[in-house]
Amino acid sequence: MDIIAQYGHILLILTCCFGLFMAWGVGANDVANAMGTSVGSKAITVKQAILIAMIFEFAGAYLAGGEVTSTIRKGIIDPGILAGNPELLVYGMMSALLAAGTWLLIASMYGWPVSTTHSIVGAIVGFAAVGIGMDAVNWAKVGKIVASWVVSPVLAGTISFGLFMSVQRLILDTKDPFLNAKKYVPYYMFAVGFMIAMVTVLKGLKHVGIEFDFGFGSKFTNALPVATGVGVFVAIIGKYFLSKIKDDDVGPSENRFVNVEKLFAVLMVFTACAMAFAHGSNDVANAVGPIAAVVGVINSGGEVLSKSVMPPWILLLGGAGIVLGLATYGFKVMATIGKKITELTPSRGFAAELAAATTVVFASATGLPISTTHTLVGAVLGVGLARGIGALNLRVVGTIFMSWIITLPAGAGLAVLFFFFFKGVFS
Amino acid sequence: MAGNPFTNLFGQSPIRPIQTHMEHVHQCAKKLIPFLNATLNNDWDKANEIRKTVLTLENEADDLKKALRLNLPKNLLMPVDRSDMLDLVNRQDKIANCTKDITGIMLGRKIRIPSNLASIFIDYATTAITTSEQALKAIREMDELLSTGFRGRELILVEGLIEELDRLENLNDALQIDVRAQLFEQESELPPVEVMFLYRIIDGIGELADHAQKVGSRMQLLISR
Repeated sequence: MDIIAQYGHILLILTCCFGLFMAWGVGANDVANAMGTSVGSKAITVKQAILIAMIFEFAGAYLAGGEVTSTIRKGIIDPGILAGNPELLVYGMMSALLAAGTWLLIASMYGWPVSTTHSIVGAIVGFAAVGIGMDAVNWAKVGKIVASWVVSPVLAGTISFGLFMSVQRLILDTKDPFLNAKKYVPYYMFAVGFMIAMVTVLKGLKHVGIEFDFGFGSKFTNALPVATGVGVFVAIIGKYFLSKIKDDDVGPSENRFVNVEKLFAVLMVFTACAMAFAHGSNDVANAVGPIAAVVGVINSGGEVLSKSVMPPWILLLGGAGIVLGLATYGFKVMATIGKKITELTPSRGFAAELAAATTVVFASATGLPISTTHTLVGAVLGVGLARGIGALNLRVVGTIFMSWIITLPAGAGLAVLFFFFFKGVFS
Repeated sequence: MAGNPFTNLFGQSPIRPIQTHMEHVHQCAKKLIPFLNATLNNDWDKANEIRKTVLTLENEADDLKKALRLNLPKNLLMPVDRSDMLDLVNRQDKIANCTKDITGIMLGRKIRIPSNLASIFIDYATTAITTSEQALKAIREMDELLSTGFRGRELILVEGLIEELDRLENLNDALQIDVRAQLFEQESELPPVEVMFLYRIIDGIGELADHAQKVGSRMQLLISR
C-alpha cells in the first residue's frame, strides 16, 4: 500500500509511457497488415488507409473494445490472489507492456513475424506464473485464448471461402457480371454495416450511455432494428458510389472483369473500415488493457478488485499511440505491403477482409484477444482454396507456428526480467 | 519486412507470366510468314533480318520461361497444378523453338520452295500460325479463368476455344498431306538433298501446329483439376 501511495504518480507515468510504446508498435506493424489488403488491391491509397485507420481503429476500440480490454486487464490473472499486494500487479502490467513492446521492436528490426496479441498475452502469463505463482494465472481462460488462436484463422478461412463462392455464383459466373455486381454488392455492404452495428450495440454502447429499448424483450432483438437500419444506410451510401461507375470497353488482352473489379473496389473501402474497426476493437486492448489495470489500482489507492469504469483518456492514449505508430512508421509498412500484394484483386480482397473482420469483431465481443494478422492470413488462404488467388506461399503457415513458439516464451521471459527489475527498484 | 507473415503469404502468380510468354512465342511464330515470303522472293538479306528478330524473340521467351520456373517453388498454393504449369510453359516454348529451327535450316542452306508449291506452302504455314494464334487466344483467357475461380461459364468458353484449336490443327494436318503429295509428284525433278530438307521443313511447320495444339490440351488438363 505504501508503495502505491508513495510512487503512484511515477508508476502511472511510466505505465503510460510503456503503453504508448506498445500502442506505437501496434500502429507501426499490425494496422499496416490489416489495411494492406485494401491498399494492395488499389481500392484505396495509403493516405486514405491511414485516415480510415485513424477513425475506425479508434471507434472500434472505444465502442467494441471493452471486453478484450477487460480480459487483458483482469481475465488472464486472477486478481483475488493479488489483493494483499497490489503493487505486484502494477509492476507486472508495466513489465508486460515493456516486454511486449520491446519484443515487437526487436522482432520488427530483425524482420521476424510476431503478433502483438501473442506478445502481450505471453508477457502477462509469464510475469504472473513466474513472478507471482502458477495459481495467479487463470489457466482455463488462457486455454480458451490459445484455442481461439487456432480457431480464428480456420473460421475466417471458412467464411472467406463461402463469401468468395457466393460472389462466383451471384456475380462473376453469370451472363452479365457487371449488372449483377451492381445488384448484389450493396447486400455485402449491408452485411458490413449490420455486423459492425450489431456488435457495437450489443457490446459497446452501454458505457457510452446509449441504450436502445424497443420493448422486444432480449438485448439481441432490441439491437436487430438498429443494426438493420445501419446496414440499409450503409448499403444506400454504397449504391450511390456504385452508380457512378460505368461499364467501359476493355481491350482484347485485358481482363474482361476489370470493370466488375472496380465495383468491388468500392465495396473494399467499406470492408477496410470494418477491418480497422475490428482491429481497433481487439488489438488496441493489448496496449490499453494493462494501463487500465494499473490505473485502476492506483486510482483506488491500492484496491485490486476495483469495479470502476475505465477512464476514456486511457483509450485516447491508446488511440494516440496507434496513430503515432502509423504516422511515423506504419505508412511505410503499408506502402511496402500494398506493393507486394497486387495479385489480390478487390473481389478476393473484400472476401478475405470481411471474413477476417467478422471473425475478429466476434472474438472482441466474446473478449478473446486474437491476432488480426493470423486471422487475415487464414481468410486469404480460404480464398486461395476456392481457386481464387494465383499463388500463395504455404511456408507462411510454418512461420506463423514458429512465431508462436518464439514469441510466447520471449515475451514471457522479458516480462519476468522486467518484473523483478521493477520489484527491486521500487521496494 | 522480410519476416512479415502477411506480405510473405503472397507468391508471384504464374498466370500473367505464362500469358506474356505465350505472347512472345506467338510473335516469334508469326515471323515465319514474312520469312517464307522473303525466301520466295529470293531476298536473303531480308530473310536474314527476320531471322534475327526470330532469334531475339526466342531468346526473350526462353528468359521468361526460366523466370517463371524460378518463381514456382514447391510449397505454393495455386489454383492450378504446378507440374501442369511447368509442362505448359515447355509446350509453349517449343513453338518458338520450332520457328527458330525452320528459319535456321532455310537460311543456312538457302532453301527455295519450288514456285508452283508457293501458294499451298504459304497456306500451310498460315494455318500453322493460326493454330498458334488460337492457342494464344486460349492462354489469354487464363486471367479471366482465375477471376472466375476456374469454373462455370468461363470454363465452357475456354473449352470452346480449345475445340477450335483442335479443328485448326486437323486442318493443318490435312494440308500437310497435300503439300507432301505435291512435293512427292515433282521430287524426281529436284536435287535430292534439297528435297530431303524440304520434307524436314514441312515436318517442322507441322510440328509447330502440333505444339500449339498440345498447349491447348495441356491447358485443358490444367484447368479441369
